[in-house]
Formats: sequence, structure tokens, C-alpha cells
Amino acid sequence: MKSWNAQKTTLAERLADGRRYASGKTIEVVDLPNFLEAVIRPADRVCLEGDNQKQADVLAAALADVDPAKIHDLHMVQSGVVLPEHLDVFEKGIARRLDYSYSGPQAARVARLLFGGKIELGAVHTYLELFARYFVDLTPNVALIAAVCADRDGNLYTGPNTEDTPTVVEATTFKSGIVVAQVAEIVDRLPRVDIPGDQVHFVVEAKKPFYVEPLFTRDPAAITEAQVLTAMLAIKGLYAPYGIRRLNHGIGFSTAAIELLLPTYGEKLGLKGSVCTHWALNPHPALIPAIESGWVEQIHSFGSEVGMDDYIRARSDIYFTGPDGSLRSNRAFCQVAGLYACDMFIGSTLQIDLQGNSSTVTTSRIAGFGGAPNMGSDARGRRHPSAPWLQAGKEADPDGPPPLRRGRKLVVQIGETFGDKNVPLFVEKLDALTLAEKLNLELAPLMIYADDVTHIVTEEGIANLLLCRDKDEREQAIRGVAGYTDVGRGRDGKMVRRLRERGVICRPEDLGIDPLDADRSLLAARSIKDLVRWSGGLYAPPSKFRNW
Amino acid sequence: METLSYRHKAQERAAGSKSLAIIGVVASGNLEVLVERLLPDTECQVDINTAAEGFGAVWEAVVADFVERRSPGGLKLSINDGGARPDTVALRLAQAVRLIEEEDR
Repeated sequence: MKSWNAQKTTLAERLADGRRYASGKTIEVVDLPNFLEAVIRPADRVCLEGDNQKQADVLAAALADVDPAKIHDLHMVQSGVVLPEHLDVFEKGIARRLDYSYSGPQAARVARLLFGGKIELGAVHTYLELFARYFVDLTPNVALIAAVCADRDGNLYTGPNTEDTPTVVEATTFKSGIVVAQVAEIVDRLPRVDIPGDQVHFVVEAKKPFYVEPLFTRDPAAITEAQVLTAMLAIKGLYAPYGIRRLNHGIGFSTAAIELLLPTYGEKLGLKGSVCTHWALNPHPALIPAIESGWVEQIHSFGSEVGMDDYIRARSDIYFTGPDGSLRSNRAFCQVAGLYACDMFIGSTLQIDLQGNSSTVTTSRIAGFGGAPNMGSDARGRRHPSAPWLQAGKEADPDGPPPLRRGRKLVVQIGETFGDKNVPLFVEKLDALTLAEKLNLELAPLMIYADDVTHIVTEEGIANLLLCRDKDEREQAIRGVAGYTDVGRGRDGKMVRRLRERGVICRPEDLGIDPLDADRSLLAARSIKDLVRWSGGLYAPPSKFRNW
Repeated sequence: METLSYRHKAQERAAGSKSLAIIGVVASGNLEVLVERLLPDTECQVDINTAAEGFGAVWEAVVADFVERRSPGGLKLSINDGGARPDTVALRLAQAVRLIEEEDR
């Protein structure tokens, strides 16, 4: 007879096996490998919580320590491949298949293991896409997650870095999977409950905080004059004319420069209150001067940032905070906010081709996507109007009937024509395509598709791709802001001049930007120490950013 | 070291009355530009002393765009380059013209 509750039966067996190592819900760190061998089965789908920032590092080390004769062929479904242990499980034969989103620090090793056949790649996703699949066809059997502390009943406090945890737990626990949490300590009373205890089966007291990567701290001291110029172009040529109030910024230096120019250059242009008021954004330290100057109304965050806790706590009108006062972040909700409720995404990339496709993949590094392709895409399901969205839609389709015309999200790629180590930003062929050929991928790993990109900003000017009417115009608009890269020097001078007359290309001088203003003295903060001062001493930068 | 020199016809005389200006520093990845009002109103000359050899074609393109976009008639610009990127060079040239456009006082 068919059983309709086999998953619940299996869960009960696994829980019974696991309880042999538990006292209540608590597991000791030394028992972890044996415990994991008891609750995990070969070929399970496992989410080893590796978020953009926080890492279940103790559980990761324990999983890499299990006996591959007992536990093998696991299918890892996790957003971040960040720690060495995340890949050790593949090298040791514990895991075989991988579906993920982002692999910043491990990008080179992911590429090597893929080429070496140690990893069977499902797909590289955006965060939201992977989360969606957790509820459809990539539901974890086991989730190994991280929190700050737990009580005896398994209630969890995640602290400011809630990130992916509620999503992972929801998908696992309500589909009869097992949830194991690593916490720094077990306490009698939690500051607040982020995950209810009846959704958590076991808790490991790691006796140390989980690892967090400070990903969003950009030292203002490293911002160049070209980045200041590019930031002025973006503010005067995009933020002001479209009236961008709701937006998301990438994490590069170009957008950090914009954040630092709001209280100076933005103020001079009289833009306060009419741009940059509502954000889907991590707590970027570079935004402190704009917040302190009264530019920002509110910010929802994907995760937190190291050193920002006290500042956030003292600015609860700006950030989302719990009854305990600390930040409540949530990656899934913030990604949805970035997709549906923001009028602009602006971020940097490594390569842009002649049609405007962009990618951060090179043949030796497969960094994945994170959230950018979601932020950096037009939401086809959007139905609410806003001035910038309608304006962009009109520019793309000037003759369409207004009541039936879709608006467009502004998706802006910003960067210097020559990036790190003088590598050109613009290329004839993306490395992502070469990689797709080499690995026989059905899809090249593109960060942002050309048909989603609306503007490209470099120190040479702004290319408005919404105003391009054919492929040639698009190519010349891109070449026209590609400066002295090979792509830039290959431009058709006559056509670029015509595009400039039509406002498709906008140079600094067309916007009345004085090149003498392109100076670091225009930055509201020129060092990390300046940011600390702006915060009234509330921002506590991690030691690697302190040089005093 | 490489020395390059370009002379162009300029559309218009550079505005202002200052006779010389200087901007930037000779440092790695940076450059110094001395601009002097020495030439007939329709001429512009750019002399370059650069630490990085073999980039003549890029310099030629940067200088040609500069003359077209800024109309620096009457100016002689002398560059001491420490291997700056072309975008930095273009910015310094634009800044040099802006400086000499100011009224002398």
C-alpha cells in the first residue's frame, strides 16, 4: 500500500538516530561528525548555510570531516561557496553535485574543480532564483545553519545577519527535512526570536561567533578622481533628471563615490529630498555621511556589515530593527524589494561587450552572481507606476500608447574604462562565452543581459541605450563611452557625434560638469576615519580598515 | 623615456587671459601638465615626456579628442607623464584648459 507520509517517517528515524548524540536538542562539537553521519543519508540535498556574509563554519568543518564511505554523493544547494570546507566536501567525495549563487573568495578553486570533474554543476543562480527552487525542486533534506545564540528549546537569535536563514529553514523544516543550527552560545533568554524553536531540530554550541566577511566596506581613501568624475556624471545625468528616489547600489568603488558625493555635490545641485531617499541596500559605511546629512528616509538590508551594529541601533528611524534594537536583515525579502520596489540598480562589472551584455566571470574565476542579475533586471511582473519607471519606458518606446506602455527599470552599469591593473572594461567577446564553450554550458554565465541594461556610465560620459533604435546605434553608443580601450578607439567618429547631438551619449561638458571639480576633496569622507567621525564614533570599522 | 609631440588646428581660442597654469603631479600613474598661452589663436601643441614607451597611438587619440572637445586655441601644453592611464591624461588636459580659462588677477 502506498504511504503518503514516508518523509515524516524518515524524519522520525533520522531524529531518533541523531538523538543518540544529543542532550535535549544540544549536540557537542566533538560529536558533530558522528552526529552528521547519523542524520544525513547519501545523495541527500544539503544546504550548508553559506550566505553572502555569515558562514556556518563549524558545521562546514564537521561535514568535511565525515567518512565518505558512509556519506557520499551529496547535492549541495547553498547560496554561498565561500569557505575552503565548502569545496573540501567535493574533493573528498562527500558531495558530488552543486547548485549555488556566489563564490567570491573560492572562485578560482570552483573553476579548477569544475574543470577537474570533481563538481557536477547544476546551475549558477541569482539568490532569489535559488531560494525559489528551494520550494520547488531543490528542497533541502538537511539544513546546517548559523545563528548568534539559542535557548534550550531551539529558538534562535540570528542577530543583524539574519540573511538567508528564515528562507532556508522554511523550505527545509516544512518539507520534513532536518534543521541543525550552529550558535556561539546557548542562553536562558534570547534578545529576540528570529527562528521559532519548533522549526529547529538540533543546536550545536560552537562557543565562538560564526565567521562574517566584511564585504561592503569601501575605504574612501582608495577612490580615484576618475571615479569622482563618473559619480558626478551619474548624479547629474541620471539621478537628477529621472528623479531616482528608490534604488539599490552595487558594492564597488564607483557607487561608494556616489554615496560620498550626495552631501557635497548632490547638495550643491539641490537634490536633497528628491533623490536617494529609499534604499534596498546593505548597511554601507560609505552612506553614513548622506544619512547624517538627512538624505535618507529608510533602508532595508539583505545582510548587515561588520562594525555597523551600534550605528544602526542608534538610527532605527532609518534601518529595520527588532525589539532588541539590532538590525533585522532578510536576503529574500530585500531581493524582492530590489526587484519590484526600486526604480534603479547601479553597479560595476568586469566586462561589457558591444551590445551591453556584462559578466564578472573570467575563464579562471567563476565568481557566480549573487543578487546583481535580479537587481539588474527589469521586473516584468511590475504594475505600479513611478516617474522614473514611466520616463524610461517612454524613452524606450516613444510612440507606444501611454496607458499600455510598460515602464522600465533603470539598470545602470558604471565603471572606469580601464579597471584594476589597466584591464579594459569593454571587450569584443566576453570571457563568459569562452568559458561556456569550454565547459559545454547551455547558458553563458552573464551577470546582466544587454536587453536589461539601460545606461552605461564611464568617466567618458553616459550612454543611454534606451534611446538607441538599432543594433548599430547601440554598439556605437557603447564604443562612444569606452574611452581609449580598443573597443573605444574602434568607434565610428561621425556616428558617435550624431548620437551625442541626440543626447544618446552625454559627455561631462554636455552636463556642465567642471573637470576641476573632479577632485577627491569633493568626497564627504576621504578616509575610514572620516566615516567614524561622521557617525559620531558609532561606526567601529574592522581592524583591517584601521590605519591609525 | 619617450618624447612625443602633436600640433593641431584648433577651432577657437581658449578663453580667459591667464598666461600659464600647471596641474597634477609627476608620480606613478599620474602626470603634470604645464599649459602656456604661447601660440597663434588657431594652433594647439601638446609635447609629451612619458615614462611608458610604445603608447604613441593612444596618445595621438587622446590629444586629438582633447583638441576637438575643448578647443584649446593658442595653447602649448607640456606633459610630464608617470605612466598615467589615458582617462587620467584626458582629465588633466581638460583641467589644464579650465585653469588657464580663468581671468588673470
